[in-house]
Amino acid sequence: MTGAMDLPPKGGFSYDYCRRNAMLADKGLKMPGFLKTGTTIVGLVFQDGVVLGADTRATEGPIVADKNCEKIHFMAPNIYCCGAGTAADTEAVTDMVSSQLQLHRYATGRESRVVTALTLLKSHLFSYQGHVSAALVLGGVDVTGPHLHTVYPHGSTDTLPFATMGSGSLAAMSVFESQYKEGLTREEGIKLVADAIRAGIFNDLGSGSNVDVCVITKGKTEYLRNHQLPNPRTYASSKGYSFTKGQTEVLYTKITQLKPKVEVTEGDAMEE
Amino acid sequence: MSIFEYNGSAVVAMVGKNCFAIACDRRLGVQLQTVATDFRRVFKVHDKLYIGLSGLATDAQTLYQKVVFRHKLYQLREERDMKPQTFASLVSTLLYEKRFGPYFCQPVIAGLGDDDEPFICTTDCLGAKELAKDFVVSGTASESLYGACESMYKPNMEPEELFETISQALQASVDRDCLSGWGGYVLVVTPTEVRERVIKGRMD
Repeated sequence: MTGAMDLPPKGGFSYDYCRRNAMLADKGLKMPGFLKTGTTIVGLVFQDGVVLGADTRATEGPIVADKNCEKIHFMAPNIYCCGAGTAADTEAVTDMVSSQLQLHRYATGRESRVVTALTLLKSHLFSYQGHVSAALVLGGVDVTGPHLHTVYPHGSTDTLPFATMGSGSLAAMSVFESQYKEGLTREEGIKLVADAIRAGIFNDLGSGSNVDVCVITKGKTEYLRNHQLPNPRTYASSKGYSFTKGQTEVLYTKITQLKPKVEVTEGDAMEE
Repeated sequence: MSIFEYNGSAVVAMVGKNCFAIACDRRLGVQLQTVATDFRRVFKVHDKLYIGLSGLATDAQTLYQKVVFRHKLYQLREERDMKPQTFASLVSTLLYEKRFGPYFCQPVIAGLGDDDEPFICTTDCLGAKELAKDFVVSGTASESLYGACESMYKPNMEPEELFETISQALQASVDRDCLSGWGGYVLVVTPTEVRERVIKGRMD
């Protein structure tokens, strides 16, 4: 009985291929690059809650792999998290903590608190000693008020009134440091976040495309996907390329008709 | 040389009007030597769902077998086929499980979902999903493919026009990549039929 095709494992990482991959690396075959979210992610606290912002470019080395990806991840109805670093790590860690928060909500019967999400994230990241490369800006509003935290890949956290992370963090922080003040209104908060993200988009090569914004207040969350599109595609000609039918040389064609599947409707119970 | 360039590959998928097309090159090489010119990289999962796997060929075949195994178990339990979105999450999880010793594979998933709505997606070798509404590419020729598809793609193309566009984009890109090419294999799937075509390309 072959052990290769076993049943789906119970969860967690599997290290089967580490030895094989190390052997291949010794032979001179370099590891491939991962999808990174170069990124500018920001958050700030305003008078009624928290505003989070992110750009939408995903890079693979110097190439733009996705021009409009989503970097603001759902954690709980009142908590959202922006992620920078290795895309697979930010997605997996935010999905996992989001599920854990849901189970916790069922167990306690209460709305999730931001510090719960924070502790779950930092303990997971610390236990992997920085190898799970996820840098996060976590924000939300719970019974104790609005909160904004940053989480670093090694597991350290900061609690701040305004925060930026990612390769575009310096560009965005310059905007925040000059224009942030306490007690901003909703419109001022959204405008400041959008300005900070735009600073990252235009000045940092790892960030680009559009601005996503998420506004969280007590009892209400608004996810403004593609709030601003400062980089529209203007160079494409309206006619586009058109190829005449039969331009490509075909060696052989095989056509398979797809049969509509037989629907099993409610059957009669068997006669006793 | 990177592990991804060991065998050479090119896979692309595009969305059309109520249909999708997925195409791959046919070369299998061992670094610079060509070993086969009829290698299949695009596999069927069920009638309306296909997966193309670029990268190291041995990992592509193993991953395909694991994915088909999981899908068959799903079919037995749920008595229906998997939706493309669910399948993409399954592939993403299988890849992320091996986060610290990954499969050297970049899958491209293409299928018709609810109401025959076309769905395409690609993931990197760790499972980070990248959904797109127009086209997705992967393989050694991916940089050329990005450029070719970006200029040749138009939204809402009919199946015949989509076939021409994806074939021309694939040919143009693999001609600029030493490690992929030797013909192409293109599948166009509509809600009623599947057309598989082998296209003639430069054999160098």
